[in-house]
Amino acid sequence: MNAERVSGRPLATPGQEAPFDPTRAVSAPSGFPMLLYKEWLRFWKVSVQTVLAPVLTALMYLLVFGYTLQGRLEPLPGIGYTSFLVPGLAMMSVLQNSFANSSSSLMQSKMQGSIVFVLLPPISHREFLAAYVLAAMARGFVVGLAVVIAAVWFVHLEVRHPLWVLAFGLLGSAVMATLGVIAGILSEKIDQISAIQNFVILPLTFLSGVFYSVHSLPATWQFATHFNPMFYMIDGFRYGFFGVSDVGPWISAGFVAVSVAALSLGALWMLASGYKLRH
Amino acid sequence: MTAAIRIAQLHKRYGAVQALDGVDLEIQQGEFFGLLGPNGAGKTTLISVLAGLARADSGSAQIMGYDVVRDYRQARRAVGVVPQELVFDPFFNVREMLVFQSGYFGIRDNGDWIDELLHHLDLTAKADTNMRRLSGGMKRRVLVAQALVHKPPVIVLDEPTAGVDVELRHALWRFVRRLNTDGHTIVLTTHYLEEAEGLCGRIAMLKQGRVVALDTTQNLLARFSGSYVRLKLVAGDLPPGLRTRETAADSEGRHTLQLHDYADLERVMQELRNSGLKVQEMELLQPDLEEVFMKLTGSQSAQHAAAGVHDER
Repeated sequence: MNAERVSGRPLATPGQEAPFDPTRAVSAPSGFPMLLYKEWLRFWKVSVQTVLAPVLTALMYLLVFGYTLQGRLEPLPGIGYTSFLVPGLAMMSVLQNSFANSSSSLMQSKMQGSIVFVLLPPISHREFLAAYVLAAMARGFVVGLAVVIAAVWFVHLEVRHPLWVLAFGLLGSAVMATLGVIAGILSEKIDQISAIQNFVILPLTFLSGVFYSVHSLPATWQFATHFNPMFYMIDGFRYGFFGVSDVGPWISAGFVAVSVAALSLGALWMLASGYKLRH
Repeated sequence: MTAAIRIAQLHKRYGAVQALDGVDLEIQQGEFFGLLGPNGAGKTTLISVLAGLARADSGSAQIMGYDVVRDYRQARRAVGVVPQELVFDPFFNVREMLVFQSGYFGIRDNGDWIDELLHHLDLTAKADTNMRRLSGGMKRRVLVAQALVHKPPVIVLDEPTAGVDVELRHALWRFVRRLNTDGHTIVLTTHYLEEAEGLCGRIAMLKQGRVVALDTTQNLLARFSGSYVRLKLVAGDLPPGLRTRETAADSEGRHTLQLHDYADLERVMQELRNSGLKVQEMELLQPDLEEVFMKLTGSQSAQHAAAGVHDER
């Protein structure tokens, strides 16, 4: 270290050029933009794994199911099966990746102890939640967009109500990103996050109507599907593309918006109380 | 002047363990303050409460006059904490870590100060190296740099030299001493007692979540420890008048005698002359913080007890 090599230049300045100024401390800019940027970089730096891999998975589904079932199934009148599949697969990717991003980021930094770097600065719990959720939504958005862009090379796709597509894309990813924050805070091991992904998120997305219309299901299953929150996200998202859905878009949007609000309140309460983060 | 740190009646319990049991402490601006205590004494818990990493059950803690809970934004801006664990984010390189940490404190365009920190901590050559590729000592320096990005007036170092080689330890202390000279308040915990003795102006000793001693290092040494003289006589035995002072004797014929103060030395020499005894070798033993530590905390070996400081909550 070079402490003694320096001459005449103060190392640090509490009593010199910048005495500690409480008014400056109060009005200083927020740490939120940097936390958001760091969270964005975290997945972007490993985008082969966090973006390319899920896009490839979705395209494999499209290839296998689309080409084997095209012409045999017509879940919505006048819409080919492959076209029907694309919005569902895109939304599935959005949901899974939003959850994966916030949950794994928090979990990893908890396990490595580097969570202290974001707990020590003056970042409020609202800013904290917003940064993790928005970064996770961004990953979901990038993956979802990439799936749609890749798919339009093979499949004819029209977008009837782009605003609904955007609204459901944002709301759905917000639900899963917030859920990811909660799971990341609650979990103590990486296995627990994997268990939630494999035993909760995956079955709920697969059974939410990604691959079929609920109207093709027996009455009991149709009824049960209405208790799956992912169903509303996928159904509403698909409505944006085709203008046809199993449930009205306003009902779905209302359901998803209430979910975002409830989960956000839960996450904020956990962060404000320091639950499992500030011991 | 506002106290750098003011702690009042701080209590914190983890399950059955009373980690902090009514701690009162006031540290003035510009002090170099040592926090010592055996394993589980509550040092890390106290630092965690100050840093906002833990919530106290009751009592209050202020940094530069700001309550760490109510005015947490100002309090956290006023303090830089070097954590005990060697933590890092494997996704990023050294400079990125420092840019992020600056940004978390709302500081943009901090490049000049980051360059200066990298220079002072001998990290310039490693600025673009991923954190994963750094040695333990390098990672420790990055932690120090991260704690200083926002130029905090109060710097808290929790066992910063644990597991660090001798060279880095000395370099680190030179750097920290320099920060103190520049006006920063330094609070440190260390299990190298000789370091605390050399660096700290005042020391608090914690035991089972309570402050058992709080005084200047000099006073602690004077009060709880004493000076000794170890001598070997050319021939003969100690005169009876000096036997009461004897605290130890070894097989080589060396006697250790307690001195109440340095003037006592003359009395010892006088007694020896009166008895016609000649001294072959003589050595003055300085007061030792480890002795104070052992007396106050009742531990068998202070170095040993304080060595296993991890997970002391």
